[in-house]
Amino acid sequence: MKNSILYIFSLIISASFFSCNNSENSKNGDRGALASSAAEKVYVAPGEHDDFYAFISGGYSGNLTVYGLPSGRMFKEIPVFSQFPTSGYGYSEETKPMLNTSHGFIPWDDSHHPDISQTEGKLDGRWIFINGNNTPRIAKIDLKTFETTEIIEVPNSAGNHSSSFVTENTEYVVAGTRFSVPVPQQDMPINEYKGKFKGTLSFISVAPETGRMNIKFQLIMPGFDYDLSHPGRGKSHGWFFFTTYNTEEANTLLEVNASQNDKDFIAAVNWKKIEEYVNNGGGKMMPAEYAHNVYDDHTHTATSTMKKEVLTVDPTEVPGAVFLLPTPKSPHGCDVDPSGEYIIGNGKLSADLTIHSFTKMIDAIENKRFDGDAYGIPILKFEDVLAGTVKQAGLGPLHTEFDGKGNAYTTFFISSELVKWNVETQEVIDRQPNYYSVGHVMIPGGNSAHPFGKYAVSMNKITKDRYLPTGPELEHSAQLFDISGDKMELLLDFPTHGEPHYAAGIPAEIIKENSQKIYKLAENKHEYATIANGDARVERDGNEVHVYMTMIRSHFTPDNIEGIKVGDKVYFHITNHEQDFDVPHGFAMIGANNAELLIMPGQTKTLTWEPKKVGVWPFYCTDFCSALHQEMQGYIRVSPKDSNIDLSWSLGED
Amino acid sequence: MKKAGIIMILGSLLLLGLFKFPLWNIMLGAPQYPDPMGMNIYITGIEGVNEFDIQNIDGLNHYIGMKKIPKPEEMWEFEVFPIVIGGMAALGVIIGILGFFGKLSYKWFLGWLILTSVLGILGMYDFNNWLTEYGTDLDPNAIMKMTHPDGTPMTYKPPLFGHQKMLNFDVDSWPHTGAYMLFAGMALSLIAFFIGKKEWETNN
Repeated sequence: MKNSILYIFSLIISASFFSCNNSENSKNGDRGALASSAAEKVYVAPGEHDDFYAFISGGYSGNLTVYGLPSGRMFKEIPVFSQFPTSGYGYSEETKPMLNTSHGFIPWDDSHHPDISQTEGKLDGRWIFINGNNTPRIAKIDLKTFETTEIIEVPNSAGNHSSSFVTENTEYVVAGTRFSVPVPQQDMPINEYKGKFKGTLSFISVAPETGRMNIKFQLIMPGFDYDLSHPGRGKSHGWFFFTTYNTEEANTLLEVNASQNDKDFIAAVNWKKIEEYVNNGGGKMMPAEYAHNVYDDHTHTATSTMKKEVLTVDPTEVPGAVFLLPTPKSPHGCDVDPSGEYIIGNGKLSADLTIHSFTKMIDAIENKRFDGDAYGIPILKFEDVLAGTVKQAGLGPLHTEFDGKGNAYTTFFISSELVKWNVETQEVIDRQPNYYSVGHVMIPGGNSAHPFGKYAVSMNKITKDRYLPTGPELEHSAQLFDISGDKMELLLDFPTHGEPHYAAGIPAEIIKENSQKIYKLAENKHEYATIANGDARVERDGNEVHVYMTMIRSHFTPDNIEGIKVGDKVYFHITNHEQDFDVPHGFAMIGANNAELLIMPGQTKTLTWEPKKVGVWPFYCTDFCSALHQEMQGYIRVSPKDSNIDLSWSLGED
Repeated sequence: MKKAGIIMILGSLLLLGLFKFPLWNIMLGAPQYPDPMGMNIYITGIEGVNEFDIQNIDGLNHYIGMKKIPKPEEMWEFEVFPIVIGGMAALGVIIGILGFFGKLSYKWFLGWLILTSVLGILGMYDFNNWLTEYGTDLDPNAIMKMTHPDGTPMTYKPPLFGHQKMLNFDVDSWPHTGAYMLFAGMALSLIAFFIGKKEWETNN
């Protein structure tokens, strides 16, 4: 009892200390006249469009969700790293290769940090990248089709967390490892971690036209935990910054043992210098095994290639390429302001924010003012690179975004608030409570030289009482703030799917006109496509049966098939002959052990079915496509294994 | 009759616009088609306003048993119309040139206009016949057999001119650029007639 009173007392003290401006708002949220003004600001009239797209990571759903701002309406869940029975992604023969890895087929991942491609520091809206954290991978989603079109596995990495952030011209999408591991992997005692485990920072080049990804090089760094990262921009373009923790190199009970050093580091990597080194033949090719999966919009098919080696770079062999900036208290977010001058370390175990100056860093490097080294990597002096500290801004800073007007917005997990401060003066301007325990914040264009400082979305880790209760498991809550004025104004609460770890926002007009409506049938190059209706047929090859089927409102061709036997492996290759916007058809086969297919106009997809029972079994269209949707069906006659019934198929015959 | 001759030549040449621009346009909008589908009717054939409109109109029309929209080779009109239009344009130019040099009477200009009008009316009559056939000659096995409140079978002839509500569709049928160029050409021939008359009377 005594303890709990003390606990409550200390909570009140800390709340009043850190949240002195909150008291009015925190009681009831906004009410009355303020609430109606907030309602107007988020109201998007029926039939009208939102101003911004928000791509919110799905965390442990493995996917990426698409929302509109300011309405907070969800438009789509894009399957990325997880099987998605709704569309057949990861179940259809065409998309199974997308989830292939060096560990075999992986049906799930933990998707984290989406980032939109840029040209000259501006969002160009061509692609969005996102990292799979668990089995390290980087995915690319095409923003014409809103489909995942490429996934590359990252070898020598574990917990692909300081990813997937792009450079100013999308030269690279960068992936850093959270766990250090033996590189290359080997059987060794865990307690020999220190000095033997390594952390890799992978620079994945993005081909300017096609967007094709390729691991250009991996930097083999000391065995710290690389937490988050961001690119330099403007004057610091060519550099990349990574926060580290566990510079203690502990391998057990990290919550204590990795929290001992007063300062960890931000690693500053001059990737242009390393790129030059590599282009001149530098680096060491190391055997590795990692999958590279590419989906083609014309064949509607993914291929998976297993790569056998990766180029590694020892940072000590490229003088002047990597430096360590001491940064207090296990920094989490590593954020760079739009000018590229300030690098913000969000020391998650502290109440302060550390702001490093790029200019001072370059000056210290040029004057060789080093304070020792870590495994041969020079450490700069804290005081030499420090631009300033935001003092006592809140508890547990995690992430910072920028509005392009000289202000930064930092989330504080422990004190559950969003704090606005001035980047130059480091003075706190405003603070607003979050419900509850905010993780990331997103301002459209926030990781670019040109943010669109109208809205900020904070993504909270804890929901509790914000919505109607749905049992023990709740969707996470997000909050939308109007940040166009001096004070932030809470406009809207909305639930998000999975667990959002960061998001990326972009003005709708940059991408909405490019959004594809159909796939052209004439451009369908699928190996098993049926382009002409007359080519619909069924072929047997041993116990494999290939059904070349078409679908159009409101029938399948063929619709009745006989001559299938128990033990056959039946491949339904189905081509949607519609060429009209928003007329997909679905396909579901009774007893199929996988999923349905949702096939877009002009697209071909393949579902595999292994009939186990004799009988006549129906299939049907699952997407209400027309007034005669309920008539869109067919039967398969399955005969005993030893029967001699020939294959036959029909449409419209009795 | 120099001025009248030139106007006559210009007017006749405007007919050639029909080789480039549609004669007529029919648009079909419905609640689920916020971007309406449409067909442009050229003297050489029917094309969709958007790439897949013809396929999509055919797809919808099959529910009510309408035939597919004809391809150029399926209608004699698409062979004859270009010859007639080309011929009339050539004839008008020849009349204009001869008028320019005073070899012909201005009355020929009016004669050309009357002939063009007669052919135009015949063309419209034929077009209307096609619309009627297209909208009423329905497949007896149509998926949907709609009837009017009095029990008579519903037909689907698009309007020749103007707007009409057909089931869930709003159908709009209007002349298009080619037709307006034809009308302008015919108007110019009438102007040529009056100016030619004045010039003829001043000279003689």
